[in-house]
Amino acid sequence: MPWTKLQIEREEPAFDENEGQNVRKLSYGEALREALDQALERDPRVYAMGQGVDDPGGMFGSTLDLHKKYGSGRVFDTPLSEEAMIGMAIGSAMAGLRPVSIHNRPDFLMMAMDQIVNEAAKWSYMFAGQVPIPLVIRACIGRGWGSASQHSQALQGLFVHVPGLKVVMPSTAYDAKGLLISSIADNNPVMFFEQRWLYKHKSYVPEHVYAVPFGEAVVKRPGKDVTILGVSHMVIEALRAADELAAKGIQAEVIDARTLIPFDEQTLLSSLAKTGRLIVADLAWKTGGFAAEVLAKVAEKGFDSLKKPPVRVAFPDIPTPASFVLEEAFYPGVPDIVRAVEGLMNG
Amino acid sequence: MCRIKIMNNPISREILLDMYRRLYLIRQVELAIEERYHEDEMKTPVHLALGQEAVAVGVCIHLAREDYVFSNHRSHAHYLAKGGDLKAMMAELYCKETGCSHGRGGSMHLIDVSVSHLGSSSIVGGSIPHAVGAAFAAQYKSEDRLAVSFFGDAASEQGVFYESMAWAKMKRLPVLFVCENNEYSVCSHITARQPMIPIAQRGQAFDIPSETVDGMNLMEVYERAQQALNHVRSGQGPYFLECRVQRWRRHAGSGDPMREKYRQPDELHEGFFRDPVKDYEGYLSSGKMIKPEDLKQMQIEINARIDAAFQYAKESPLPKKEDLEKYLYS
Repeated sequence: MPWTKLQIEREEPAFDENEGQNVRKLSYGEALREALDQALERDPRVYAMGQGVDDPGGMFGSTLDLHKKYGSGRVFDTPLSEEAMIGMAIGSAMAGLRPVSIHNRPDFLMMAMDQIVNEAAKWSYMFAGQVPIPLVIRACIGRGWGSASQHSQALQGLFVHVPGLKVVMPSTAYDAKGLLISSIADNNPVMFFEQRWLYKHKSYVPEHVYAVPFGEAVVKRPGKDVTILGVSHMVIEALRAADELAAKGIQAEVIDARTLIPFDEQTLLSSLAKTGRLIVADLAWKTGGFAAEVLAKVAEKGFDSLKKPPVRVAFPDIPTPASFVLEEAFYPGVPDIVRAVEGLMNG
Repeated sequence: MCRIKIMNNPISREILLDMYRRLYLIRQVELAIEERYHEDEMKTPVHLALGQEAVAVGVCIHLAREDYVFSNHRSHAHYLAKGGDLKAMMAELYCKETGCSHGRGGSMHLIDVSVSHLGSSSIVGGSIPHAVGAAFAAQYKSEDRLAVSFFGDAASEQGVFYESMAWAKMKRLPVLFVCENNEYSVCSHITARQPMIPIAQRGQAFDIPSETVDGMNLMEVYERAQQALNHVRSGQGPYFLECRVQRWRRHAGSGDPMREKYRQPDELHEGFFRDPVKDYEGYLSSGKMIKPEDLKQMQIEINARIDAAFQYAKESPLPKKEDLEKYLYS
């Protein structure tokens, strides 16, 4: 949707993780493409499929023209049959291939829940590891331009709850490439969720193949006063909030979870031991999501570090509205994070 | 009375006897499971293939080791007909560490990778796209192998069945769809679930060559499956066989079908349930394919194998509790 792109141009400030550095940079979308390109090049078992992966948009640029390079045998369009297509990908993975199943929105994955939850997630355990399912499912969380409730969902919380799945959510171009490489190399089903407003953001992205490991969160910005654990686009919002807070004399430590399953508890708990205050800035509804899981872990293992109760900044528990006025009210962002931090700092 | 038409093209005696061995093995295994089930040592739901054995045998006899088979909860016949390990299957029913799924799967989740049986799903229709995927992989890798998808009549009510056929047709994938229509989904008769359009016609809707086969007649299954698989193997795309069968027992466990209240009234009479094994034995003896004493000997050997498999299962160790979380990831 070009209108979404224009809106993002207007409303999402540019983000360059390596601002001012004269290094090779790619956008998040370009980084995803490079990861897939390099995987396709190196491993003949890898293939990419999805609705519109070979169209002029190339899945927001992330698959652009790869079908021309590798042929329609390896990069191909699929029918609107998510259940059969993901089931087919699973069967092909059983038979030795390494599929990357690409979906425009996580919302559409609901058509394939049997195959994701009952089949892919179970196959390794059910058969004692005899038949791995090296499947990557990519989907881009939507936002804005009245996309409304069926095109804006961030559903990773559902998958975090299902043992057997890994859940990956890069927030930067560097991590997008490295984590996609790791996801394709992983022998398990990986749910790889992107976010539409991240696509134009830039980072240093090395040209060579590199893997970002799962289960390693990263401190994007150190600070002593409060820990902000962010997910996906909320990491960027947290970094922006940290700038504002710094001007007010508050040093926020921003951690990027990067992978939700497996999750790096240690980095979070170490940070909490230092700051004693926690905000989880989640890209999802508040109830029953990943942020709730983080708080549970913190209550179990980091209780003594807490100076104040932890806070979740997340979507309100409602479907996403279309009207831009309501959309604006719906989405948490920098002001909400700043407000939450100030709340923790006072008293 | 032998209800099997003697085929025009003679099949080798070797194949005929191979089919009998597989058929008799499945029958005896299922009966033995039924007999011992009340001992409460096989702590897993069992969906017996009694009555439906001929379909698995008539199809799998044509398959090479490398050809994939995908199956469902009623998978014992497919597993054994494909050459799956009997001891490993039995140990799995006893939920032992030596089971084919190391006790993690149970009866509904058998696997034998060595014969290209890559696991069965107990979600009705769930494994149909897996077969399509394996067929896709074979095509992708230019391998001379095909996939067979076994499923029941209720699976033809799932949307994924139609999605899978459409795509298999579009890509000309080497997959054979085999629907074992026993007309019942647990207690629910097919007339309560579907419009009365022959299931084979669903395949035809996608221009997939499809036929209805008497699944109680091993020789008919053999012949039609041979035709179907030749088509699939030649690269012409998928084929669809709807095999009409009779489920002798309840959906799960045992049960005398003559006393099942859910059965249609016109089914509850002596002689309704046909016996594919007895009929095939009649075919072999009337065609003088095997001497009665040799047949008897074969049966003795098979029964001894089955007893040994039960013994193996009973004596095998259970999984260790410490290993509870093993295998979550590969």
